Formats: sequence, C-alpha cells, structure tokens
Amino acid sequence: MYDTGKIITGLIIFVILVTFPFYNNIGKAISKPEPKLDTPEIQKLPEKERRCVEPKAFMRTEHMKLLNEWRDSVVRDGNRMYVSTDRKKFVMSLQNTCMNCHSNKKNFCDQCHNYVAVKPYCWDCHIAPKEKGT
Amino acid sequence: MSINRRQFLKIAGISTIVGLGGTTTIKALWRDELEASQVSPSPEALVAKRWAMVVDVSKFKIDNDYKRVIDACHRIHNVPDFGNPKDEVKWIWTDTFSHAFPGQEHEYMEGGIKHKPFMILCNHCDNPPCVRVCPTKATFKREDGIVMMDFHRCIGCRFCMAACPFGARSFNWRDPRPFIKEENKEFPTRTIGVVEKCNFCYERLAKGLIPACVEACKDNKALVFGDLKDPNSEVRKILSSCYTIRRKSELGTQPSVFYVIGGSNNA
Ligand code: SF4
Ligand code: SF4
Ligand code: SF4
Repeated sequence: MYDTGKIITGLIIFVILVTFPFYNNIGKAISKPEPKLDTPEIQKLPEKERRCVEPKAFMRTEHMKLLNEWRDSVVRDGNRMYVSTDRKKFVMSLQNTCMNCHSNKKNFCDQCHNYVAVKPYCWDCHIAPKEKGT
Repeated sequence: MSINRRQFLKIAGISTIVGLGGTTTIKALWRDELEASQVSPSPEALVAKRWAMVVDVSKFKIDNDYKRVIDACHRIHNVPDFGNPKDEVKWIWTDTFSHAFPGQEHEYMEGGIKHKPFMILCNHCDNPPCVRVCPTKATFKREDGIVMMDFHRCIGCRFCMAACPFGARSFNWRDPRPFIKEENKEFPTRTIGVVEKCNFCYERLAKGLIPACVEACKDNKALVFGDLKDPNSEVRKILSSCYTIRRKSELGTQPSVFYVIGGSNNA
C-alpha cells in the first residue's frame, strides 16, 4: 500500500483533534450551577409573594417554552397579560417583567446557560438589566 | 410531570383530530401543571377597528417641529443612528413633496408645498405588499390594521423592502447596539440582519398610550391618530372636513396615513 505512513499519521491527528475536548476537560470539574435568587427586587417582596409566575420546578424545566409562548402571544396576538395558575396577573415581558426581578443576569440566567453551554440569543435584542454589584 | 409516549400520542392525536395546531398540543401537555393559566389583552389597551394617522402638513413650520417628532420615535424604539445615509435606519423621516407624492408635483405648484419637507412613515397599508411577500410571516397585518413586524422571525431576506413602494423599511447592515445613544430599557433593540420599521407604537397602545410621535406634537396636533372605522373619531372628522391625499394611491396599497395639504382649522 502506498502512503501508509501518511494515512496513519492523518488518522492519529484526526483522533487527537476529535477527542481533544474530552481529555482537555479531564480533572476540571465544572462546578454545579447555582442560580442566585437574592436580588434587591426579590428581597423587597413580602415572603409569601416571593415566587415566580409559575412554580419553581416548572420554571426550571419549562421557562424557555413559557417564554416562547409569551413572545408569540404578545407579538402575534397582542395578548400581553398573563393570568397564572394561581390567578395572579403579570405583564408578559422578558425585558420588563422577568428581568425586573431577576436583575442579576450573570448570577441567574448565565449560571445554567453557561453550564449546559447554550447561548440563547434573547440578549442580542432584549436589553439585559444593568448589574448592580453581584 | 413526565408523560409516556402513549399519553403524548393521545394528546397529539386528539388535537389533530380537533384540528388544532402545535401550540395547543404544547398547552395540552402542560395542562397537568398549568391548569388554568390564561392570556388576554391588557384592560387599559387602546383599541380600534382600523388605526390611521393624519399628518397636517401646515402645522410643521420650523425644523424643531420635525425633529421632536422623529426624536420621540427613534429614542423610545432604540433606533440606531449610524451617522451615514448608507446604513441608515429610520422609522419616521422627511422627504420632499416630489419624492413623497411622485407624479403629483408640477412646475407651478405653490412654493410652500413644493419645498416643504413631509413627515413620512410606514403607511400601515390596508393591502400591504410587504406582508404578501414575507416568506416567514415576520411581517403580518393585525386585525386593527397595524402592519406588524415580528423581529424574532425576520430572516433578513429583504423581500419586504423590495415590495414596499414607500421605502418604509430599513435593514440593519451592522450591529445597531453601539449606535444607540441612550437605550430605552422598555423596548428591545434589533440585531444585525433584521428589517425594521414603524409599528404604530403597538407597545404603547397596549398600555393605553397614543403613539410617541403623535404625543410629541399634541399641542399643535400636527399628527392625529385614531380609528378610521369610527365616524366620530378625530381622524374621521378631519378627513370629512379637509382635502387629504395619500401616498401613491394609484398602486392600490390603501395607505392608512393621510396628508392634509391645504391646512385646516380642525386638525
Ligand atoms: S408602507 Fe410599506 S412597509 Fe408599510 S405597510 Fe405599506 S407596504 Fe408595508
Ligand atoms: S426581511 Fe424579514 S420581514 Fe422582510 S420579507 Fe424577509 S423575513 Fe419578512
Ligand atoms: S407611530 Fe410610533 S413607531 Fe410609528 S413613527 Fe410614530 S412613534 Fe414611531
């Protein structure tokens, strides 16, 4: 066979490149995300009302679907009022409602998004709140 | 909650049979968790059968009359200022009579009209070609006549720009963020590769506010906003008492922006 050497060298380089991310990360444990909920806006709320538009467990897994629904509802249908399952009213707005409470994007949104390596493009247009300290 | 495949197929199947689309399926999947969440328009929203605007040309006298209108719109909508006409993004702007109303100018026209800048914005046409050509339905017409843009869906193909005979749409060739003097935190910005235009301030109407440009000249009523289908509305009163023209009416797009040319006492 011709070029055996070249092919094998090529294969080795290929394998090294493909597996690079794996062994490069060996031993580097990335800490578990811990989104912070203690913004001044949230602290200001009375204990009982210190909750999101829907239960925490639901928001944790489904917030992206909820936001998608909100977006379509607001832009396409002009419906911008959300009545939650426990009958509370909210203005459907990422920028003005969600981020008003979660004014700590870095310590809230980014914590998990970075951990699972997703880059939602929400912030390309929607203005993230000015971070006050951390 | 988790559902198994069988439950999923049941829900999907039922919603298909009933003829409901994908979103309903999502909602059905949620139902166990979100038993009774609902959406509705805000109670304070301004509503109309057909929104329209009247521009009273005679009320624009000095440069500042134009400027404050343009500034009011561009400031609250985070419209970038690139400082060069090639990249320009505009929602409301001025042009000459002969450009705004081509074919209607003539040599002996009254000088005041001939050389006067005209306020120009998206006409929110009744029969909008931009909506017809948009492949993603990013541009669509609401029931109240507002020709809306869903920036989330715009893929930047610019068919709508080619289709709009009024040049009412702008394309973001560059990232607009660095060119916004002072961001309005209430409204998003756009991103590179997205088309934008006047939206008749749908976000303000939803809060019970009139459009920003109209508010900016509410002292002299150079711009008037109202319901075209309501015979008692201010716009209808002006239309029935003054001579008004629309831009390029021969094209049949049926603009909802009217221009009072001769001036009037009512507007
Ligand atoms: S003026 Fe242009 S962009 Fe506006 S609705 Fe009419 S065709 Fe569409
Ligand atoms: S540029 Fe955007 S809004 Fe215009 S036609 Fe294409 S997708 Fe539709
Ligand atoms: S109606 Fe609103 S979006 Fe349109 S030009 Fe006036 S201020 Fe701008």
